[in-house]
Amino acid sequence: MTTSIATTASTVAGETLAGGAPAGNTAATPDGGAGLPPGASVRRPNRSLLHGLLTNKKAMTGAAILFVFIALALLAPVLYPDNPSKITGMASQEPDAEFWLGTTAKGQDVLALTIHGARSSLLVGLTVGFASTFIGILVGLASAYFGRVIDEALSLTTNVFLLLPGLPLLVILAAFLPPGLGTVILVLVVTGWAGSARVLRSQALSIRSKDFVAAAVVTGERPLRIMFREILPNMASIVMGTLLACIIYGIGAQAGLEFLGLGDVSTVSWGNNLYWAGNEGALLTGSWWVFVPSGLCIALVAFSLSLINYAVDEVTNPRLRKIRVRKIRKTKPAKTGKRASA
Amino acid sequence: MRFILRRLGFYLIAFWVSITLNFLLPRFMPGDPVSRMFARTQDRMQPEQIEALRKLLGVDDRPIWEQYVDYLHNMVTGQMGVSISRFPTPVTEVIASQVGWTLLLGGTALVIAAVVGNLLGILAAWRRGGAIDSALPPVLIFIGSFPYFWLAMGALYLFGVTLGWFPIRHAFSDTIEPSFSWEFMSDVGMHLVLPALTIVLVSVGGWMLGMRNTMIATNAEDYITMAEAKGLRPGRIMFRYAARNAMLPSVTSFGMSLGFVVGGALLTEVVFAYPGVGYQLLNAVQGLDYPLMQGLFLTITAAVLLANFLVDILYVRLDPRVRAN
Repeated sequence: MTTSIATTASTVAGETLAGGAPAGNTAATPDGGAGLPPGASVRRPNRSLLHGLLTNKKAMTGAAILFVFIALALLAPVLYPDNPSKITGMASQEPDAEFWLGTTAKGQDVLALTIHGARSSLLVGLTVGFASTFIGILVGLASAYFGRVIDEALSLTTNVFLLLPGLPLLVILAAFLPPGLGTVILVLVVTGWAGSARVLRSQALSIRSKDFVAAAVVTGERPLRIMFREILPNMASIVMGTLLACIIYGIGAQAGLEFLGLGDVSTVSWGNNLYWAGNEGALLTGSWWVFVPSGLCIALVAFSLSLINYAVDEVTNPRLRKIRVRKIRKTKPAKTGKRASA
Repeated sequence: MRFILRRLGFYLIAFWVSITLNFLLPRFMPGDPVSRMFARTQDRMQPEQIEALRKLLGVDDRPIWEQYVDYLHNMVTGQMGVSISRFPTPVTEVIASQVGWTLLLGGTALVIAAVVGNLLGILAAWRRGGAIDSALPPVLIFIGSFPYFWLAMGALYLFGVTLGWFPIRHAFSDTIEPSFSWEFMSDVGMHLVLPALTIVLVSVGGWMLGMRNTMIATNAEDYITMAEAKGLRPGRIMFRYAARNAMLPSVTSFGMSLGFVVGGALLTEVVFAYPGVGYQLLNAVQGLDYPLMQGLFLTITAAVLLANFLVDILYVRLDPRVRAN
């Protein structure tokens, strides 16, 4: 993971970079940054974010894993046209040539369950992620733009929701609402939007105080236009990070909720697979193949999203990219050693 | 002082919101869950107890605001009704018998994770590009991606069922009477290892990365260069100069994590059948025990708010900028 990040150092335009980066780039990059000459370009932020991500190994690894799972989810009906819950084999068979991942205690094909499970899990994760981020954007922008009473009220609401313990609230809500996929999504959005709102608000606030926003206000642009055309594009990387975090939250929380038996137990999803595995005593009978695949899938998807998220961080925050090696500093205090990072 | 009062006011509002949420949920949910509950359990209860529960949960003919005032009064004075799944024990008693286990499990795990994570973060930031800095973060991010309960299941299967090193359920063996003897304590300790370990494993990465990133920013400050120029020992600079100033975000997240202690250990408790509030909450949900559910939720919320308030007080002590305003 050592090559390409140095090349992206120069591509991030905007406030954060102005101070730190040039110094970092003039230093040697022994890990071999191929490509762009240091400090060469000042580009539009959005494009450089994309370019930075495309040349970032973490981001590309994450995207590759994610792509595989999305492909599997889309292809599930082709690969296993039958109902995955159908009983097709003997109970609790170990993985073999016929059932690559064995069978459950009921005799269902674990591989079919896992692949079909990707559909519901990814769908809910993405829906929850986009919905929470969208609410977060609305609240954050409104807070930052209008300020005063509106900001106070929205911030108070956000902070209260942040403080209410999420998982118990999830459980209580899920217990009172009728079970179903809609309920799961609704409950996850209700408990998940506040985190993104807080992050986005603070970023929007700092952009709100910039001169170009003041200029837009003076020229009489409408509030909505200022919020979405002036402020929002300048916080693209934060929005992206928030979105990824929200999707991770959505997938994990859905799995947790379903594992507790509070989802819709009739649908096939990773969380429900684990719920049934627990219910049918897969742990105690030693059928590891029943509960390992679904958990691994959740972890891999969350991991791939985290990778992309950290890559966004690295690309947009130059301080995380440069390395100051202590030893060199101590022996030669005058020079600051800087290298491309992992 | 003004800061503390403002925070206190905020926590009171938050507490009021959670009580109100508790009040509204059974009254406005579709499907009338409360009637379902009564249909299941009516024959076991005394008429006056049914009456009290009806009032608590909103099967009631009085105007809504009157119910609300009554409810607020009941909650603030700790009258949460009787548990239905453990009839006729009062809700408060059930909760009191559970909360200690959760605090033990969550507290142990949280302290270990925070101390280890922060130390690793400090070391990683200090030696950027070193072994800790390059090897650990990806591994920890990967482990942190697993759902808590799944790691718990894996640990239970591997160390509990297959290897048989640790007990697989409950907080202590059925054969031992609870007492302050060495035998009982070590038994509790053995039961604590697996659940605590899984929580630590999943959460330590977050602590480490958070600390690392703040510390990297701190390391770039001029006073660190100054300290080096003065020729102070590296250990002293690392802990007394850099880490000390990078601690503040960690303190804040410690407050937030205390919420996780009480509420978030839920899944782990469920996997290990650990008798804490989380496990009880799920049992209450499955047994349609609404009074207990509400009581647990309020207790958890109150604990979270209290913990955060304590952290705020600590914050005033730690950060002079807060005092100045």
